[in-house]
Amino acid sequence: MARIGVFICHCGTNIAATVDVEAVAAAAREFPNVAFATTYKYMCSEPGQAMIKESIEDYNLDRIVIASCSPRMHELTFRKMLKGTKINPYMLEIANIREQCAWVHTDRAKATEKAIDHVKMAVAKVGKDKPLTTSTIPITKRALVIGGGIAGIQAALDIADAGFDVTIVEKEPSIGGHMVMLDKTFPTMDCSACISTPKMVDAGAHPNITLKTSCEVEKVEGYVGNFEVTIKEKAKYVNHDLCTGCGLCQTKCPTKVPSEFNQGIGTRPAIYIPFAQAVPSKPVIDPTCCLKLTKDKCGICEKVCPLQAINYKDETKYTTEKYGAIVVATGYELVDWAKMYPEYGGGKYADVITGLQFERLVNASGPTEGHIVRPSDGKEPKDVVIVKCVGSRDQNKGKSYCSRACCMYSAKHAHQILDKIPGSNVYIFYMDVRTPGKGYEEFYDNTRADGAQYIRGRVSKIFKEGDKLICKGEDTLLGKQVTVEADMVILATAMEPAANIADVAGKLGISIDSDRWVTEAHPKLRPVETQTGGVFLCGTCQGPKDIPDTVAQAGAAAAKVMALLNHDEMETSPMISSVDQTKCSGCGYCVEVCPYKAISLIQVPGRDGNRKVTKTVADVNSGLCQGCGCCAATCRTGCIDLKGYTNEQILKEVDALCQ
Amino acid sequence: MSVKTNENWEPKILAFCCNWCTYTGADLAGLNRMKYPENVRVIRVPCSSRVNPQFILRAFQKGCDGVLVCGCHPGDCHYATGNYFTRRRFMLMQRLLEYNGIDPKRFQAKWISGSEAAKFRDTVTKVSAEIKALGPNTKFAEPHFTEGGDK
Repeated sequence: MARIGVFICHCGTNIAATVDVEAVAAAAREFPNVAFATTYKYMCSEPGQAMIKESIEDYNLDRIVIASCSPRMHELTFRKMLKGTKINPYMLEIANIREQCAWVHTDRAKATEKAIDHVKMAVAKVGKDKPLTTSTIPITKRALVIGGGIAGIQAALDIADAGFDVTIVEKEPSIGGHMVMLDKTFPTMDCSACISTPKMVDAGAHPNITLKTSCEVEKVEGYVGNFEVTIKEKAKYVNHDLCTGCGLCQTKCPTKVPSEFNQGIGTRPAIYIPFAQAVPSKPVIDPTCCLKLTKDKCGICEKVCPLQAINYKDETKYTTEKYGAIVVATGYELVDWAKMYPEYGGGKYADVITGLQFERLVNASGPTEGHIVRPSDGKEPKDVVIVKCVGSRDQNKGKSYCSRACCMYSAKHAHQILDKIPGSNVYIFYMDVRTPGKGYEEFYDNTRADGAQYIRGRVSKIFKEGDKLICKGEDTLLGKQVTVEADMVILATAMEPAANIADVAGKLGISIDSDRWVTEAHPKLRPVETQTGGVFLCGTCQGPKDIPDTVAQAGAAAAKVMALLNHDEMETSPMISSVDQTKCSGCGYCVEVCPYKAISLIQVPGRDGNRKVTKTVADVNSGLCQGCGCCAATCRTGCIDLKGYTNEQILKEVDALCQ
Repeated sequence: MSVKTNENWEPKILAFCCNWCTYTGADLAGLNRMKYPENVRVIRVPCSSRVNPQFILRAFQKGCDGVLVCGCHPGDCHYATGNYFTRRRFMLMQRLLEYNGIDPKRFQAKWISGSEAAKFRDTVTKVSAEIKALGPNTKFAEPHFTEGGDK
């Protein structure tokens, strides 16, 4: 016979003011198998816990019910308390009589009646509780970072500095991401490359970091602490073990295609190092435009390479490695504004450029060596229009969210133009100016003092007249139509997640929202975790943000990874599914509904009458099962059950309520 | 049918709430001191997909007047896909119950997230009023358990 103890908490007056706790205790004493029931002012306090422990000894209790606040609040507290007693920590049920009773009702009699019902249900359930033991699984002390932008680099450096092996997977031939494309960073006007390239070099040279460039994640299996990740390495056609990065090949290559790094302003050869400070600083061949690979002609690079590092027969390679934790840092892309905004020329005017293209124009190592000139004719622009919120905050055409960084970089662009081109005019069309950061508002104030003219309103049309771009828009503060004749237009286009984020998220089992940003486990309290254990996130894959926020988040994600990898093994929740294999018919419905692929069909020896046979039955992987219980509700024979929430326990609760 | 005329009659409503969304939302309603009818009792389950249709039949058998199954919004399931199964299972369940003469208002599935305390309050208040208007459930209920029935 079970000997149940019921402990009813006053929670000061939080519960006692609305619920007659003594009446609840008196009612509880009448429930079957209740050996002892009492009340106390604060059950979670040290004297409260001591009283429970004493009562367990004095009344020889073997399971307890605590009627108090939500189990989400103190279930863990009381489980920990039970660890020091003869009772298993899972022989405990909490009746929620605060959040879901005392706090939401005013009628004392009815609230007391409800509290009694909650205790009755908990008593019925605890009677069928069974001792559960946690098991442990070993942790692979290595981390995988997906994405080699500033977020991924920072997270990798922090984890590697703590002494763990880290692999960075980057789909481009070099790490660095968007930050290394930028010229200056607001509001301090630091040279972006000067502060990001040392980090790239550190990551490349760190003894604990392995760079896997031109690579993508192909497949992810396993679970927290024990992921098995297959990485796809695209053919580079250059043996990086032999190559010294002398760069002779790219000077001789006859092919010229638009440079991705320079955002299409300027060209690059088919065999190329993406940019001067690339890490690794070794070339790859672009198979889509190389004459040798597309038409079997040329072959100059092979001839000029002094080290015979060129290999036209290179193929895609796959490697599988084990990791304990994964950080998603896949970053952002700019929206394809040309498709969304045909009224801005839809891409047919060379002098209508994006903010990122302007960064390359104004950068000293960019295609124009830092001279701000029109891409169309190479002339210096005198009148520049900056259009903000192109795609952002536009529910009809683009995204409803704010891209967060554009107000500041537009102010920075205005500042740079006014600084570099004496006598120039900058007009900024804006909806609102949002400057929520340290030193941001001051920077915006300075830009206006420099002479940037802010016009509140959207641009409705951009068209060409002679060599001028005519921008028609509205000044909503004056309530007037305005027309600006510009030499160049810069669009502050919206950020959106990396194109293949849905694919990556699907492989990792993490969720993305309607705008495809990766969803964090809790928007406020677990901002760098995902719902999948062992998978963390940082940077703009989670939402638009600027560099300081990205770096801070990368550090936070790294701290979470370190906390996980610091353990040799981890405890798993024992409240998971288990199969009664003697009853299982092997139908496999549970296998289909399991979101974690935790159930598989296995062959076990069985008996058919006197005959020995091989039976197909379901088997639960305790490391993978997260305890949702979907399988238990699906099972036709009722042979799968969820420990801690068994069919029998829930039916007992239902019965208790209806008595 | 003497019970139906009794103005003090309170229905017995059972709500299965998933631990991650609706149970959290119900806790938040408490934290915000929102008020709703006392006649709803919550059973906490890890996921709405844990709710076996058998539980619902048992509740009606034992004299429950209404049953609610609440979980995360489809697409936001803590366990990725659990509530898609809940949704399909209970659309069917509701039709089965209706076929058996149980008003579909007596069995409802609702999606309430952990931040939607007001939605929890409103849902519970509405369902409670609806079931109160319907009167006691007599279908399936074992005679022993019907209020006002012969023992």
